[in-house]
Parts: sequence; C-alpha cells; structure tokens
Amino acid sequence: MREERDRRGHGAPVGRRMLLGTLAAGVAGIAAAPYLQRGWEGALGAASQHDPTGLTGLLPDPGGFRYYSVVGSVPRKDESDYTLRVDGLVDRPRTYTLPDLRALPQTRVVHDVLCTDGWRVDDTPFQGVRLADLLDAAGVRAEGAAIRFTCFDGAYSESLTLEQARRPDVLVALRMQDKPIGHAHGGPVRLYVAPMYFYKSAKWLAGITVTDRVIPGYWEDYGYDVDGWLPGADRGADAA
Amino acid sequence: MTSTAGSPAPTAAPTQPEAGGRIRRFSRAERLVHRSTGLLMLLCLATAACLYIGPIAQLVGRRRLMITVHEWSGLLLPLPLLLGLLSRELRADLRRLNRFAAYDRQWLRAARRRLTRPQDRPAGKFNAGQKLWAGWIAGAVLVMTATGLLMWFTGLLPFVSRTSAIFVHDCLAWAVAVVLAGHVRRALRDPEARRGMRTGHVGRRWAQRHHPRWLTEDPHGTRTVE
Repeated sequence: MREERDRRGHGAPVGRRMLLGTLAAGVAGIAAAPYLQRGWEGALGAASQHDPTGLTGLLPDPGGFRYYSVVGSVPRKDESDYTLRVDGLVDRPRTYTLPDLRALPQTRVVHDVLCTDGWRVDDTPFQGVRLADLLDAAGVRAEGAAIRFTCFDGAYSESLTLEQARRPDVLVALRMQDKPIGHAHGGPVRLYVAPMYFYKSAKWLAGITVTDRVIPGYWEDYGYDVDGWLPGADRGADAA
Repeated sequence: MTSTAGSPAPTAAPTQPEAGGRIRRFSRAERLVHRSTGLLMLLCLATAACLYIGPIAQLVGRRRLMITVHEWSGLLLPLPLLLGLLSRELRADLRRLNRFAAYDRQWLRAARRRLTRPQDRPAGKFNAGQKLWAGWIAGAVLVMTATGLLMWFTGLLPFVSRTSAIFVHDCLAWAVAVVLAGHVRRALRDPEARRGMRTGHVGRRWAQRHHPRWLTEDPHGTRTVE
C-alpha cells in the first residue's frame, strides 16, 4: 500500500516539513536570542581567555572588537607623520603632533563599546585629551554650533553638536585598554564618544572643524542616526 | 521492502530521452536556476567574509560596497528559483524533492550506519540526503532573508531587536557555510553528478547505480494524481 502511494508521489512531504521546520527554528531563534546571547557571551568570553588560536573570534557574537574600514587601504601614521588639525570657526586654528597631544592633560573614561552590528565590549578604558579642552584652546566663535570630524583614511567623517562635543566623556583618544591605540583600532589617534554607538567614534582622526551646523557623517548619509545615542545614555550636557 | 523487480511502470518512457547512452537529468531551466543561485550564494558568502572575518575585512575594507553587494545578492538569491517555477521540469523536480518514499527512509538508515554500498542506499531521481538538503536550504535562505531585512530596515518589526536578528543571522550563516561545504564536497567527489548539472545528461550506468528507482519506478516524476 505504502509502496503504491510512494510511487504515485504521495509519500510524506518531508521537504516541505524541513522548510517549515527551519523557518520555525528561525522564529524560535529570534525569540530566544536575548537569552541565548547572554549565555553564549558568557561561555565564549570564558573560552576566548584560553584560546591561543583566536578562532573563537570568528564565532557569532564573540565579544572583542571587529575591524571596519570604508576604504580599501588606510595609510599608517605614527609620531613621525601624524597631525591633528583644529580649524573652522575658531579664533586660533592649530595643528597638533602626537607629542603635543600627549603633553596635554589626559582623561581616562571607562565605558562600554557598542556597535550597531551587535558586538559589544564592556568596560573599555579609553584615555586621551578631552575634546572640550581642544575646543577651548582654539576658541570657538559665537557662530560655531557643531563639529565635523575628518579622517586620514580619506573618506570617513563624523559629526557632533557643540553641546555633545563638550561633554566630559568625549575624548580625542590616544590609548585604549591602557595601551597605545593600534592601527586596526583607528590609531594613533581616534575619537571616543562614550555615550553613543561606536560609529560616532571616528577612527584615524585627522581633522576637527567647527561648523555653523551639523554636517552628517559618512554612515549618516546612509541612514544612520545623526545622534547615535546608546539606549539608556544620559543625554544631558554635563553627564559624565 | 518488497522487491520491485518487474515493476509495471514503463522503463523507456519518453520523459527520459537518451542521447548517446546518456539520460537527461536536468533541463536547461533547472541548470540555469542552479547556476545563478550558486553564483549569488557565493557572492553572499564572499562578501559576508569581507564584512565579518577580521583579517579579510582588514585586507578588503570598502565596507559600504561589501554591504551593498551582500544585501542585493542576498535579496536576489530566491529569485532564480521563483523564475524557475515557470518551468514544468523544475516544478516536477520540486515535487520529487518534497515527497519522501519508503526507500528514502532506508537511505537515511544506511547513511546513519555509514553503509555506502549503492544497494544499501536506494534512491529515486534524488536521494534522501538531497531531499533534506533542498528543504533545509530553502528554509535557511528564507530565515537569512528575513533576518537580513530586519538588520537593513531596523523599524520593520519594532518588537524584534536588531541584535537578535543579527545573532540568528550570524549563527545560521555558519550553519549554511558548513552544510554548503558538505554539498560542494559531495559534488567534488562525483564527476558524473557534476556532469549532470553541467550538461543536463548523465550516463545510464551511473543512474542505475546511484538512482535506480528513478529509472524503474519513477518515469513520470512524482506527479500527484488526484
């Protein structure tokens, strides 16, 4: 009987069940993701401590930083050729070298790093010069309202309002995780905007220009929020 | 299983035209669908690697370009199959892939026990492994498309966090990569199966060895008779 059914194409529709089962697993995965992720992060975090191969870094949601660049190759800069230009609507435009920046008062901020792509690194120390100090030294003119950041990769840009830029947890960072910032992490100097998503923290920082209005940055031209606040961020001007 | 020797089904049915001792396995439409789906899948995987795997991301950069190619190759991935539904042969093969016969269960039992002799693994035009693979990858592509769209258009389903969509997308991406590697490995081991997909025809001996029920029982496809 069954043979006869099979032959006429009435066997169980296993292909369809497989498809629907995979779809159901996908939906269940979405529903369970917040819980699964927490457990996964814990297990993987522990495993990566004892993983000399670095293979755990390839698994989904491994913790740790991922490398993003919007151009094909980024020039490497160090003490010999790195400069940071502060200009625009300021009274005293200035170009800083790496030693210049190191000689200024340094601030250490420990905060989570969150990427819009889902990865996060908790409690990451960044250290460098407060952006507010550089702006004060340059003397922002009355018509200055926002900052445009440019990068020596030649393409990336970012923006902050002047109010956001003056927050004490916004740094022109020279060190990350208590080490000099390496090239892959945007070194020797990058921005760190602690209360916002990590795309606001431009890598390979080259220019700080005071403008009279917000000029949206690279990703913001592709639909990212211009104000990339983290969920639960204290948006007050004097929050630390 | 009862023997099916001397099956009443006609063995020289015109649905399997022979060309120089070779049997037609796939129509041009089916081969085009397979080839374009494969190409889009490779584009998806290659750009995924450029976005996701650190050393490759560092080598290639160009994140915006990689994202665009990834999004569009992923979105277009189901399209060849949908267009292929216009083909009668492809629809017939989808019916074959869908339905599980008793001998498919035998094939699976043999696969579980790692029995590899052809007589332990009876199969129609498609073996049980191919049927499971087809159903699973179709479901996986739909889940990948859905989670991809949730990442692309963040406001699509406000109750699903983007992080959850990314988590499922990433985990399933690895599953797809592993299972697809298995699919390619099987194909690499069997030149005649590849020739079938390339030229549309396979040798009769190969078909008798690996897909005996296709020739004896199943000349008209598993068209449902209502």
